Amino acid sequence: MSVTTLPSRGMALRQPNWLMRLFDYKPFLVVVCLTPAIGLLAVFLTYPLGLGIWLAFTDTTIGRSGVYVGLENFQYLLSDPLWWSAVFYSIFYTAVATFGKFALGFWLALLLNNHFPFKSLIRAIVLLPWIVPTVLSALAFWWIYDPQFSIISYLLVDVLHWRTTNVDFLGSPWPARFSLIVANIWRGIPFVAISLLAGLQTISPSLYEAAMLDGATAWQRFRYITFPMMMPILAIVMTFSIIFTFTDFQLVYAITRGGPVNSTHLLATLAFQRGIAGGELGEGAAIAVSMIPFLVFATLFSYFGLARRKWQQGEAND
Amino acid sequence: MTDVAAQSSNVGSATPDTMAWDSRARRVVMIYLPLACFIVILLFPFYWMAITSFKPNAELLNYKEHNPFWITSPTLAHIKHLLFETDYPRWLKTTMLVAIGSTFLSLFASTLAAYAIERLRFRGSPYVGLGIYLAYLVPPSILFIPLATVIVQFGLFDSPMALILVYPTFLVPFCTWLLIGYFKSIPYELEECALVDGATRLQILRRITLPLAVPGLISAGIFSFTLSWNEFIYALAFIQSGANKTVPVAIVTELITGDVYQWGALMAGSLLGSLPVALFYSLFVDYYVSSLTGAVKE
Repeated sequence: MSVTTLPSRGMALRQPNWLMRLFDYKPFLVVVCLTPAIGLLAVFLTYPLGLGIWLAFTDTTIGRSGVYVGLENFQYLLSDPLWWSAVFYSIFYTAVATFGKFALGFWLALLLNNHFPFKSLIRAIVLLPWIVPTVLSALAFWWIYDPQFSIISYLLVDVLHWRTTNVDFLGSPWPARFSLIVANIWRGIPFVAISLLAGLQTISPSLYEAAMLDGATAWQRFRYITFPMMMPILAIVMTFSIIFTFTDFQLVYAITRGGPVNSTHLLATLAFQRGIAGGELGEGAAIAVSMIPFLVFATLFSYFGLARRKWQQGEAND
Repeated sequence: MTDVAAQSSNVGSATPDTMAWDSRARRVVMIYLPLACFIVILLFPFYWMAITSFKPNAELLNYKEHNPFWITSPTLAHIKHLLFETDYPRWLKTTMLVAIGSTFLSLFASTLAAYAIERLRFRGSPYVGLGIYLAYLVPPSILFIPLATVIVQFGLFDSPMALILVYPTFLVPFCTWLLIGYFKSIPYELEECALVDGATRLQILRRITLPLAVPGLISAGIFSFTLSWNEFIYALAFIQSGANKTVPVAIVTELITGDVYQWGALMAGSLLGSLPVALFYSLFVDYYVSSLTGAVKE
C-alpha cells in the first residue's frame, strides 16, 4: 500500500488549501522539521567547533583578532610544564574517578536490583546527587573539606581519635587531587547505577535458573552471565562517563580553581584560565583542542574495548 | 540476582529454622547494610548543606561546645541575608527564565527533528539521526572559547538570551534521541488510518502523534530543565554583569568574597538553588527514572 508515501490529497474530506498541501509535500516537510534543530546545532556547535580549531592556530586575544601562527601555540604548550601537569591530572582524574564510579555504581545497581521495601523511593533518592547542580554540591564538598572546620576532620580527630591534627584536604597537591576525585565519584555513582540497573533488568532470569541447575556459584553467575550480558551497556555508559569526566570543569573550578600551586588543573580549567580569564583566546583554544585526541582515543578504547566481547559471542549488533 | 544467591546458599543448611535465619542475616549483611551505607554517603552532603544553612554562626564554627551534626538554635538569618541583602532573587529569576526558555526551544526543535527522522523516513534519515546524536558527544569545555567569540559577534554577550540559544546544543541531541524512541513506540497504523481519512501530516502530528508522545515530551522537558539549571561553564564565560548571572555561577563568583567565607549564606544559596530542580524532579520522578532506564534499553 502506497498510502504512506503518497500525499492523500484526493481523499481529503476537507479541501486543503495550498499551504496545507505544501506541508504535505514530504521533502518540504522534512526540511521544515529539521531546520530548527540542525540550524541551532550548525550555528552554535559545528561552526564554533571549526572556529575553535582555527583559533588554536592563531594568536587571537580578547579584543584583537589574531593572525595565523601555525603550530606555535601547540609548540608553546609542549614546552609548558603547566600544560603537561594538566594532561597528567586530566588522565589520572578520569582513570581513577571512572574506576571508582563504575565499581561502586555497579555494586549499587546490583543492590538496587533486589526486592526490598520502598524500592522506587530509594531509587529516586539515589539519583539526587546527579540531579542537583554540580557546582552547588561541589560547594558542599568544599565546606566538608574546609581546613579548620571539616566535618571529616572532626570525626577523625574528636570523635574517633584516629588523628591528632586536622586533615589538610585542599592545601597540598595530592590530597587536593584525591579530594576532587572523591567528589566526582560521589556525583557520578547515581547515573552509573541507574543506567546499569536498567541493563540488569533486561537479563532474563532463566539464564540464572539454568546456571543454578548446573551448580554455578554466585560468583560464577556474576562472572559468566551478568558481566558479559552487561558489556554493551557498560561500553556505552563508560564512553559517556569518560568523555564528561575528562572534560570536567565545574567541580575543579568550584572547589580548588586549579590550586594549590596549579596542581589540580584539568585541561578545561586551564583553557578557561588562559582563554577567558587571561584573554589569550588563541592559546586557550589550543588547550581545548588538545583535548580532542585524548577524547577520541578514550572513546575508541572504551567503546571498542568493551563492545568487542559482544561480537566475539556472535550476537547481532543493535 | 542476589535474591537467588541468598536462596541457593541455604541448600546446604540443615533445618528450616536455621535456613530462614541464615537467609535473613545474609540479606541484611549483603543488601541492606551496603545499601544503607550508600544512601548515607550519597545524602550526607545535602544534609550538611541543609544543616549549615540554618545554623547560627556561633554554632557553625564551634565544634567543641556544639555537636556539629545538630542545631540547637536554628536561625533564618542566612536565608534572610541571601534574599534581602544580595541579588539572589534576581539570579533565581534569570536561571528560571533561561531554563524555561531553552527547554521550550529544545523541545520544539527536537520534537520536529525526531518526527522527521522517525516518521517521515526520508533517504539518509538514520544518518541525520546519528549526526544529531553525535553532537551530544562534543563537550562544552571544548566549545566555550570559540562560542564566546560567536556570542560577541551576535551582540548577545552578557545577555541571558545567549544562554537560551546556546543550551539547546547539548539539549537537542539528547531530547531528539529520547523522542525518536517514543515515536517508535507509537503504532504507525494510527497515522496510516488518519492519512487514509484525509488528514494532512501536520494535523496528524498535532492531533495524534504529539498527544501520544506526551510522556516522552515530559521526560525530555525534565531533562532539559535540570540540565539547563545545572549548566555552568557557558554561563560563567558569557555573562559578565553580576545581575544577569545564573544561580550556580553567581554563588561561586559573587557570594564568595575575600578570605572569610560566609558558609551559612553559601550553603543556604546552594540549598535554595538545588530546591527547584529537586522539587521539579520529585514531581515527575517516575517519568524520569523510567525514561532513563528506557533510553538505556534502546
